[in-house]
Amino acid sequence: MAKRWRIERRLTPAPGMTILVPLGSALLALVFGAVFFTITGQDALQVYATMFHGVFGSRYGITETIVKTIPLALSGLGLALAFRMQLWNIGGEGQIYLGAWGATWVALTFADAPAWFVLPAMALAAMVMGGFLAALAAIPRALWKTNEIITTLMLNYVAILWVDYFVYGPWRDPAGFNFPLTAPFSAAARLPALTGRIHAGLLIVLVLGIILYFVLYRTRWGFEVRVIGESEGAARYAGMNITRNIILVMLVSGAICGLTGMVEMAGVAHRLQPGFSPGYGFTAIIVAWLARLNPLAIVPVAFLFGGLQVGGYAVQVMGIPSAIVSMLLGSLLFFVLAGEALLRYRIRRITEESETR
Amino acid sequence: MATPLVTMHNISKSFPGVLANDRVNFELAAGEIHALLGENGSGKSTLMSILGGLYRPDQGRIYWQGNPVDLRSPRDAIRWGIGMVHQHFKLVETFTVTENIVLGDKRLPYFWRPASKERELAKLSARFGLDVDPQARIWQLSVGERQRVEIVKMLYRGCQVLILDEPTAVLTPQEANELFINLQHMKESGKSVVLITHKLDEVLAVADRVTILRAGRAVATRQRGSFSKEELAEAMVGRQLPPRPDRRRPVQDAVTLQLDNATAFGDAGQIALNNLSLQVHAGEILGIAGVAGNGQRELAEVVTGLRPLHKGTMYLAGENMTNRGVTALLNKGVSHVPEDRLGSGLVPNLDAVDNVLLRTYRHGTRPGLIDYRQARRQTEELVKAFSVQLASLGSPVKLLSGGNLQRLLLARELSAGPSLIVAVYPMRGLDIAAAEEVRRLLLRERDRGAAILLISEDLDDIFRLSDRIAVLSRGSLPVPPIAAQKANREEIGLLMMGHTEVATHG
Repeated sequence: MAKRWRIERRLTPAPGMTILVPLGSALLALVFGAVFFTITGQDALQVYATMFHGVFGSRYGITETIVKTIPLALSGLGLALAFRMQLWNIGGEGQIYLGAWGATWVALTFADAPAWFVLPAMALAAMVMGGFLAALAAIPRALWKTNEIITTLMLNYVAILWVDYFVYGPWRDPAGFNFPLTAPFSAAARLPALTGRIHAGLLIVLVLGIILYFVLYRTRWGFEVRVIGESEGAARYAGMNITRNIILVMLVSGAICGLTGMVEMAGVAHRLQPGFSPGYGFTAIIVAWLARLNPLAIVPVAFLFGGLQVGGYAVQVMGIPSAIVSMLLGSLLFFVLAGEALLRYRIRRITEESETR
Repeated sequence: MATPLVTMHNISKSFPGVLANDRVNFELAAGEIHALLGENGSGKSTLMSILGGLYRPDQGRIYWQGNPVDLRSPRDAIRWGIGMVHQHFKLVETFTVTENIVLGDKRLPYFWRPASKERELAKLSARFGLDVDPQARIWQLSVGERQRVEIVKMLYRGCQVLILDEPTAVLTPQEANELFINLQHMKESGKSVVLITHKLDEVLAVADRVTILRAGRAVATRQRGSFSKEELAEAMVGRQLPPRPDRRRPVQDAVTLQLDNATAFGDAGQIALNNLSLQVHAGEILGIAGVAGNGQRELAEVVTGLRPLHKGTMYLAGENMTNRGVTALLNKGVSHVPEDRLGSGLVPNLDAVDNVLLRTYRHGTRPGLIDYRQARRQTEELVKAFSVQLASLGSPVKLLSGGNLQRLLLARELSAGPSLIVAVYPMRGLDIAAAEEVRRLLLRERDRGAAILLISEDLDDIFRLSDRIAVLSRGSLPVPPIAAQKANREEIGLLMMGHTEVATHG
């Protein structure tokens, strides 16, 4: 009687495992990081303690984490909607930049307008610009099946350079000592603060998360998005208009990413400058995936990522480059996705009659 | 008796939730054609996939001429001389026949001369009467020819044992006869053939011996001459076959579907439907026979609005519905039981409720919203009325068996009382009981007054259900539909082969 291992598909995920496995996987990612720290001569526990303390040890840490959670969650929501339909919008970063540009244009042009006008106008302009950039990729995708991964990725550079041009050129603040900055926004063009640096963008994130969840699971349009994402054949069979939905979903996805740009402008930066986003649009891709494209899960996952980023700043005082955060994020994604496989398969030890030869 | 060439002893194999093989014994002698008979899902393919090295058994041993062997991969199996021709061919479309056959041949030098290999293959295939052109490219070949390429491939690899998985499923009756002649040739030159099938006639036609599987167990092995068709059927099903349903109602006057001079393109831009005209009346089943790839898919898609008509018109109950799209036809009561249940009829990863909503989600009272409470209630009712076996309403439908998937799909498509039903291969892949249930449902709908366009490659089903029979060949009907009483299988077979007239038709 020989024994051997066999991998089997599970019919249904084991009970409780849908929560436990991702948590366990995240823990393993931290263990993996710890091995890395130990090899490079750091005290891993000390590193994690410093990170933890950097995030939760002070009012400042928590505030900063939430400030970073807002753009990650917001653009994560936008991307998740597109991903649901198997539209790989990698252009979140560019859409954030162009959204910020649109918001800035409104803020600079209507510098004397009251808040009730200028804030909605900024949001609208940002969404139009973000949606416009996404549409540039969506329309060829819908009509001629142009690969949207390539087009959205390339448009990122267009948008970032577009912003650079304005900030270094026509919009440069004359009173800015030649720094590449626009003039600061008027007080009316700033999102009200909830407490400290935490601004009203947090409410936008929470409300939008709930709205998107409702749209996906309770409306006819959300049903179409879910069906098209799962099976184009079935969507065609059900008489759904796939071309129109590709464009529509990309427009909304781009608009939400554009709104992220406005929220960053009006909530945090209060002026446009190059590199205002440390790659939120890219990190949001991982956020959306780790949340399994579930709008309600995106906010907590974004908070985790925001925390890791703030913790990364904290450990820099120990002489560790903040790039380790990227490494931890990468291993987190890797381990959680590997953990997914455990949910769907199980390994069993089975007995079989002895084999010869 | 001499030691069998292959012995499979006490083989068990389970998949999650299914025991596919339960302590099965199977023997294959040198130079025999051994049929492996059973319903779909009885474990035939699993057993032979184990012999072909694709699966490993949980339990049991395989012997080659009395010596135990361990088959870890198809390559292993081929080394022992066991080759399997699958239902879905594994050929590279853009390669030539020769290139496909030598593909993966380790003996082949890095630089090889196609011409000499082509001669070798021509000689090899001539020896067994297998007619293939070694220089042809796969995409130019018919399904029957592709099957021959697969067989030659196995012979080229030196296989002693050839396993054919449902080889006639894709062939016309004439092509099937040709295949059986080839098999006789192989047998005479000492090869052994395992024929996996669920068709009794094939067993009677060619098999020297037959082993019958039922629900994963081998229930009987018989020698040629010691069995009758009825005995085999009973052993296979474990009960008497149900009587044929009563049918053949006179055609009513009301024309539900009318296609006039319909011309449509296929996916590759070729003309798939060529000037085709037909009528389906309320309360009748029009059976469309024909070899797959002659416009069946395109016909179903045109009638259900999935594919535009290039020329011609389509009327539904007298109203011009040409190129009005899926939704308009859906609202007019056109139901569609598509060819691939899980590819288009149902969404594998969504649950039963969402799948029931798939074609009705637009009909709600609240604009833009879906009433899930109502949908859940409706699904519960349908699941009960059509006796769909499922673990829970919330689990993805891909976990359902083929029969239950089809029941769920029919539940959705038939519950609204459609005026026209387009059913494409609706019994394919179902076990006998489930197929019988589908037939019963279709007949019930016909009796209710629905017009049914039944597209099938299974002549048995066409003859059992249809009131009139037409043959679709190269995108058109070579002769007008024939009343089922007046049709005979040979004529239909000839029409399927591309003949354009018959001696007697009504």
